[in-house]
Amino acid sequence: MPDEPTAAIGEDALPEPNPEHEETLAILRDSLGADAILDQAEVFGNLIVRITLASWARAAEVARDQLHCDYLSFISGIDWQPAPREGDDAGGDTSSPVQPTETTYGAAGSAGRFQVFAHVQSTSDHRALTLKTDVDEASPSVASWVAVYPGADWHERECWEMFGITFDGHPALRHLYLPSAFEGHPLRKDFPLLARVVKPWPGLVDVEAMPDVPETAEAATSGEASA
Amino acid sequence: MSTTDAAPPSSFQVDRAAMRHLADAQVNVELDTGDMILNLGPQHPATHGTLRLVVRLDGERVISADPVIGYMHRGYEKLTEFRTYPQITTLINRIDWLSSFANEVPFMTAAEQLMGIEAPPRATYIRTVLTELSRIATFLLFLGEMGLQVGALTPAFYGFRDREYVLNLIEAATGGRFHPNFNRIGGLKDDLPWGWIAECRSTMKIVLDACDDFEDLVLGNEIFRARTRGIGIIPAATGAPYGVSGSNLRASGVDWDLRRDARPYLAYPDLDFQVWTHPDGDSYSRYWVRLQETRESARIVLQCLDGIPAGPIMAKVPRIIKVPAGETWVETENPLGQMGYYVISKGATGPFRVKIRSASFSNVSILPWLLRGVYVPDVITILASLYFILGDIDR
Repeated sequence: MPDEPTAAIGEDALPEPNPEHEETLAILRDSLGADAILDQAEVFGNLIVRITLASWARAAEVARDQLHCDYLSFISGIDWQPAPREGDDAGGDTSSPVQPTETTYGAAGSAGRFQVFAHVQSTSDHRALTLKTDVDEASPSVASWVAVYPGADWHERECWEMFGITFDGHPALRHLYLPSAFEGHPLRKDFPLLARVVKPWPGLVDVEAMPDVPETAEAATSGEASA
Repeated sequence: MSTTDAAPPSSFQVDRAAMRHLADAQVNVELDTGDMILNLGPQHPATHGTLRLVVRLDGERVISADPVIGYMHRGYEKLTEFRTYPQITTLINRIDWLSSFANEVPFMTAAEQLMGIEAPPRATYIRTVLTELSRIATFLLFLGEMGLQVGALTPAFYGFRDREYVLNLIEAATGGRFHPNFNRIGGLKDDLPWGWIAECRSTMKIVLDACDDFEDLVLGNEIFRARTRGIGIIPAATGAPYGVSGSNLRASGVDWDLRRDARPYLAYPDLDFQVWTHPDGDSYSRYWVRLQETRESARIVLQCLDGIPAGPIMAKVPRIIKVPAGETWVETENPLGQMGYYVISKGATGPFRVKIRSASFSNVSILPWLLRGVYVPDVITILASLYFILGDIDR
């Protein structure tokens, strides 16, 4: 037993091309069709596959039955739209980090603002896979995974209330964290952090000039550009 | 007798009369008790915080259980978008507040990965020691508290007492008992204080002795065995799709430990340790696995202390931390299970989006399935044996 872990870890650390990822991709391509896979990326040893919205439900079955990924780590969403930064001209919320104003997409790209992503793993052969799919911005909706992974229930409820993405086939999309009368979707980028709107960040009062002048100058200019 | 399809109220009287006649005729007739809705929590000592369980009962038996969470939701995923990377350490300390140090590690690793820096070996070893110490502290509390849930008061005192030794160590090294806030991107805030390693070694002896005590006091206790054996069984094939992880899944016979099986992190590739599993999957085996893991952690700490390298504790990092654009998924084996951060950066001083995957959230999501058909007193032992922290559920 003691010898086994080190060997497994050493294997995992090998540089790409990763044969395990190639195999995963081949199985996905065979089962979903080559058209279903829009893009793929490998970041820090993690395989990310972007698939079409139509193949999302089938992908769960393939992941469970053919890739033996019996374990669902999480399902969540991403809103790629940059947060609006009102009040930048008045100094604004300078305590929060200034993000770039142009929309960029992460690994494996995206077709639009909203994405749903999920991470599945195998408890037996330790395969892991992140799946992403693009959902429509106007009426974001995607197939539910509850029938395949019962643990998807809570993750999808969370994603629904936080991003407003509906999951077709979910037994009961109810609020999970928030009170049932809550309006809005807090993790969308255009949902303001109300605490900061009501009252400026108290840290602003005693803010001192940072010793590193070029950094602050750059942050200020990029903030102005967004205003 | 099924009570879910009970007759409507209008015909109730008739049914009652019929039932009485039936009762006269048959001594063994079941009473029509009707369902009862019981609100367990949000303020209930057995829920370890503010978990609310809406339980539908037929007599003493649970028909359905619906956990209501969110009483402690602090919106950390949103807050991370308004913080810089160093500030986020303070937030993530409070996700699973019993093992705060272990929470910090995956986030720091994610930021370091994206920045392309690596903590020096000494920092990595100290991180490993402190992660294992927080695992021991978390589990010692469990080992004591689980006894309390079945009516044994003594183990709880032992658990709290022995955990205090470990917390003292953590406090001596980091300055905080619960929220060390000790990790920095690229290493640690400080080196270990003088004499700490010797102190740590002697404390590990206390921990190993404590484990022996718990084995006799709790595992060997007939009442404890009667209350936990065969109760709350999670088959491996059910637990994994629910996302149940960590000791809870290993107690169902799944030989899967991220310290060994995930992408290598901290000093675990250099260490020699055993992954404990139990085939039964019941409350008893969850206790058994955690007891063995506490011992194993103490051995890991001793190993680390033997092999701790000299050298700096901080890598060279810029004064203002800007993380290059990119995304990464870092998962670690935390005391409560799989903890992971999916960090997306757009090159700013703070992350663009952080998905926090906490262990208790998924561990508790199995409750509606798990509690169906069990008796009310067993609900308490099952909740205790799953071992969740509310901050880790609600985030």
